[in-house]
Amino acid sequence: MSGNPYQDDRGNKDRTITNTGGSEWTGAVRSGGRAERVNGDGPFLIGDGMTGGYGTGANILQDCTISVERGEIAVIVGPNGAGKSTAMKAVFGMLTLRGGAVRLNGEDITRLTPQARVARGMAFVPQTNNIFTSMTVEENLEMGAFLRRDDISATIAEVYDLFPVLRDKRRQPAGELSGGQRQQVAVGRALMTRPGVLMLDEPTAGVSPIVMDELFDRIIEVARTGISILMVEQNARQALEIADKGFVLVQGANAYTDTGKALLADPDVRRTFLGG
Amino acid sequence: MDFLNAFVALANFVLIPATAYGAQLALGALGVTLIYGILRFSNFAHGDTMAFGTMVTILFTWWFQSMGLSLDPLPTALAALPFGIVVTALLLLGTDRIVYRFYREQKAKPVILVIVSMGVMFILNGLVRFIIGPDEQRFADGERFLISARDFKEITGLEEGLAIRTTQGITIITAVIVVALLFWFLKSTRTGKSMRAFSDNEDLALLSGINPERVVAITWVIVAALATIAGVLYGLDKSFKPFTYFQLLLPIFAAAIVGGLGSPLGAIAGGFLIAFSEVSVTYAYKKVLGYLLPENMEPEGLVQLLSTDYKFAVSFVILIIVLLFRPTGLFRGKTA
Repeated sequence: MSGNPYQDDRGNKDRTITNTGGSEWTGAVRSGGRAERVNGDGPFLIGDGMTGGYGTGANILQDCTISVERGEIAVIVGPNGAGKSTAMKAVFGMLTLRGGAVRLNGEDITRLTPQARVARGMAFVPQTNNIFTSMTVEENLEMGAFLRRDDISATIAEVYDLFPVLRDKRRQPAGELSGGQRQQVAVGRALMTRPGVLMLDEPTAGVSPIVMDELFDRIIEVARTGISILMVEQNARQALEIADKGFVLVQGANAYTDTGKALLADPDVRRTFLGG
Repeated sequence: MDFLNAFVALANFVLIPATAYGAQLALGALGVTLIYGILRFSNFAHGDTMAFGTMVTILFTWWFQSMGLSLDPLPTALAALPFGIVVTALLLLGTDRIVYRFYREQKAKPVILVIVSMGVMFILNGLVRFIIGPDEQRFADGERFLISARDFKEITGLEEGLAIRTTQGITIITAVIVVALLFWFLKSTRTGKSMRAFSDNEDLALLSGINPERVVAITWVIVAALATIAGVLYGLDKSFKPFTYFQLLLPIFAAAIVGGLGSPLGAIAGGFLIAFSEVSVTYAYKKVLGYLLPENMEPEGLVQLLSTDYKFAVSFVILIIVLLFRPTGLFRGKTA
């Protein structure tokens, strides 16, 4: 990536989002860029035994498995540099996978580009630069629904019901909002495609504890509508409290996987990651 | 003391020409700013794009004139304008396909694209001179004046005449219509909004399913229209000469940067600011002061701050001042 003399940093400075070639598959050769139906059982979304890294770089993930059931909340936690965000980006197709597979609703989507995954019902909220700052709140939501050709007003109303403060600020440029409100816009934009799974990369980074609690409440509300949530969180304890399932990653591999409650109760996890 | 005559003289020689010139610069700067907003580079080929568009329009005008077609009292060039726009749009889409797309796929740095656009500039430069020649062309026909100086004097009984040329009137009306259409398009249409979204955050736009190639193609078409209209209006108002259009690059860039690159509103404000500065600094105020001051204090010199030969220095100075003290421009565009 850095060897390209023409390269520039634009957009949200995360080139992998525009991984135009889709995840490269270095295993068995299969037809290019198409989703394949496999056995119907298993979790709604699963990144199964994923091994890979950015571009042609070293492997960051080592046989890492992340999954989420329909309507449940799965949280990825772990120490700094454990590959939490990387694992989620791998599920979203922003990484070069050298092993493993990603399946959504029983379909193998390992070779799809991130954009194609959006069309299939995956929504992703990046950690930073996740809104159109110069556009109004309502325009942000409209852009979120760009792929849809039907009437989006009902979905906009749902987002406003979920985040009432956005209804008051809908004519205001999103860049003028507070950190917490921006995150609400970002989540709202992602919900506009009516996704089956919502992926959040550290949604509470840089917001106050009160706003964080509020945001977690909203996320639970979203999950109750049947949308699966997969999120990466720094605030491990609070996140595991609301999680149906937790994945503790260490150095790109699964260290502990259990329900949120069980992980919170596990003395090993408490000692190593939750500070006793 | 004769305020009325002084004002009429000022309007005749400064206000009206500067307004028309400002509208032409604003249209040119809008093209530059759109390219910067969407494709993230300063398009040095813009002046020559204007020249190309004008050239095509002139060729169509000659053809229409030879067939006896006329819009009298309006210039025939207005009928040829849509054809000029179409051909220019095809040219820009072609250069994008052949040249710019490669660098876009490489995610090239803006500075590389600027140099690439200079290459395109030189080629267009040669192409235009090759087809129509380097000489000056006048292609305005139809009624010359909306109000001629003599008519104005007869109607008002004033000593000073106020002339409004048809081309000046057309320039201002066309500019208003074009700008209104452009803003409506960017504000209210789905495609326009997707262009703004792409300009704001390219990657998030991709995640939202906005097709970047489509946005880029639409941008080039709009830019072709803006450049051709700006070039034809300038050519009608003054005259067409390839070298002059190349030189227009400086005031146009100054206008876009002063207003804030990437900000359409800024491009318009910048266009008028540059035009009014240029015209008012290079105008000889002897006549106006002659009306205003008591007879014995009438200035002997021309009272001209700067010779018209140095008019480009005005844009240059404004450009430097803005870059030093407010690099994002008046309307807070992206950093220049």
